Amino acid sequence: MAAEDTAVRAVGIRKRYKRTEALRGVDLSVEKGTVCGLLGPNGAGKTTMVRILTTLLKPDGGEATVAGCDVLRQAAQVRYRIGLAGQYAAVDELLTGRANLEMVGRLYHLPSRQAKARAAELLERFDLADAAGRVAKTYSGGMRRRLDLAAALVAAPPVLFLDEPTTGLDPRSRNDVWQVIAELVADGTTVLLTTQYLEEADRLANKIVVIDHGLVVAEGTAAQLKSKVGGERIDVVVTELDQLAPTAAALRSATQSEPTVEPDDRRVTVAAPDGAATLTAVVRELDVAGIQVADIGLRRPTLDDVFLRLTGHRAEDAEESGELEEVTR
Amino acid sequence: MTAIDLSPSARTVLDLPGPPTNAVAKARWAITDGLTVAVRNLRHIRQVPDRLLNATVSPIMFVLLFAYVLGSAIAVPGSNYREFLMPGIFVQTVAFCCATTAMGVANDMSKGLIDRFRSLPMARSAVLVGRTSADLVEGLIGIAVMAGCGLAVGWRIHAGFLHGLEGFALLVLFGFAMNWLGTIIGLLMRSPEAVQSLVFVTLFPITFVANTFVPTENMTPWLRNVADWNPVSALVAAERELFGNVGAPYTGGAWPLQHPVPAAFLYSLLLLAVFAPLAVRRYRSAVGR
Repeated sequence: MAAEDTAVRAVGIRKRYKRTEALRGVDLSVEKGTVCGLLGPNGAGKTTMVRILTTLLKPDGGEATVAGCDVLRQAAQVRYRIGLAGQYAAVDELLTGRANLEMVGRLYHLPSRQAKARAAELLERFDLADAAGRVAKTYSGGMRRRLDLAAALVAAPPVLFLDEPTTGLDPRSRNDVWQVIAELVADGTTVLLTTQYLEEADRLANKIVVIDHGLVVAEGTAAQLKSKVGGERIDVVVTELDQLAPTAAALRSATQSEPTVEPDDRRVTVAAPDGAATLTAVVRELDVAGIQVADIGLRRPTLDDVFLRLTGHRAEDAEESGELEEVTR
Repeated sequence: MTAIDLSPSARTVLDLPGPPTNAVAKARWAITDGLTVAVRNLRHIRQVPDRLLNATVSPIMFVLLFAYVLGSAIAVPGSNYREFLMPGIFVQTVAFCCATTAMGVANDMSKGLIDRFRSLPMARSAVLVGRTSADLVEGLIGIAVMAGCGLAVGWRIHAGFLHGLEGFALLVLFGFAMNWLGTIIGLLMRSPEAVQSLVFVTLFPITFVANTFVPTENMTPWLRNVADWNPVSALVAAERELFGNVGAPYTGGAWPLQHPVPAAFLYSLLLLAVFAPLAVRRYRSAVGR
């Protein structure tokens, strides 16, 4: 990839907080006009990476350029070329929607008339025109998120950073956000988004970078990552916990490969190299063993499987593994 | 929804300047950005008028409680208690300005607004300058209300117009320095609740272990030493001198109380010179959650 086609390039980024090593040498490159999904559980280092690329944090090591500017030596230029929206919907709750966007425009040093015009355009575009004169604290969660996204787009930035853009949103609002992102990218914007939702990365990202414990553990397209875990899988859900071990044994003998057991979901999963034929063999084996099955199915691998395979835990379970939050309080 | 240009090509119609290249441009942006943020903070008053109410009601309550309840049992040699009291209440109120600022900054931190500001190409000082100057305006309103209240209970300025003006200028300077202390507390504590408890357990002793409400003469010697060297005491003594609300002459050995007016200006400038750069430094690396 030629340098001028790269919107975000980071090499060997390291960042250490008091007790944790948040990033341990992360490389990243995002081609112009594409979406890169930074996927990982809470505490993986995603937010730290975004904060470094948006000049909020200085890395302890490594270097990065965003939109052709160095994040350390040309921080001011970087800030003119990026937009940032995050999971905490950073809008001023005590200002109206319109005042929020006009303020951001002024802080990008747009002339007053342009700041006003741009605010009006964005309010219209994000369906906030009717609520433009109301203070943001009266907005619903979805409206706030749209306002936050609008604020990130005031300067029509070539590179947009979205830190967990849909966390905590209802499905409808989430779809709205997804649609906006798709439109932006179609228009040539580069988007780097972090997410812990595999579905989101699968749906939006041209490239997915999986990080865990401050390291890149895999990267590629969703299809490439899925192919890493091989073909189809069989999921067996049992009715009783004590059936998990015999189920695993039955699957092992039917497929000659090692199944994954997830006690929380009373689920055992195994690779099915021959698809339906393997499923038939498994059903027969379970029947012989007299196991009560609540559910059984054959499915294509998901990014969840990729994650499980790469990190040893599921994406959504990671919070329970007792990791420190990535920003020490 | 109308189709508007969200794409980077929309930048061609926006007059986005580059970063400032010389000191003059930098200074101009620091001022305009600071103003933008100050206006934003002042707009908040319209949304939360009770904050202004808080800032004025509690000093008024203090004036009334001390003047009529405690004042009836406190004798101040050489002065009547209400005259003695008002400069103290002025200084206490202004000192509590740091709480308002700290809460505001902590709130911006916890809501992620500081992250947004820091990702914008604005002057690094603007968020804090805007915050402290807007809070200063709020503080001025509080001072005006209290002066009115003081006049109503019989307090007067006896030392002439110019000295009176100097007295108010000193209050403003001290309040501004305290606002900068407030920004540091806000940036460090990050949550409004944490700020609230910290500020109140520290500000009450700091403003009470002083000559604010009673003369220090009868305090235990070690406590009197603390009180006499407390910047709050110098401020209060300076205000008493400038407003002409002086009681018995000071007999202790603490330099700041022997020369209260220069000491109060020095203390305020020193606080400002220490806290403002520290706050900006802290802001540069502040991150929300």
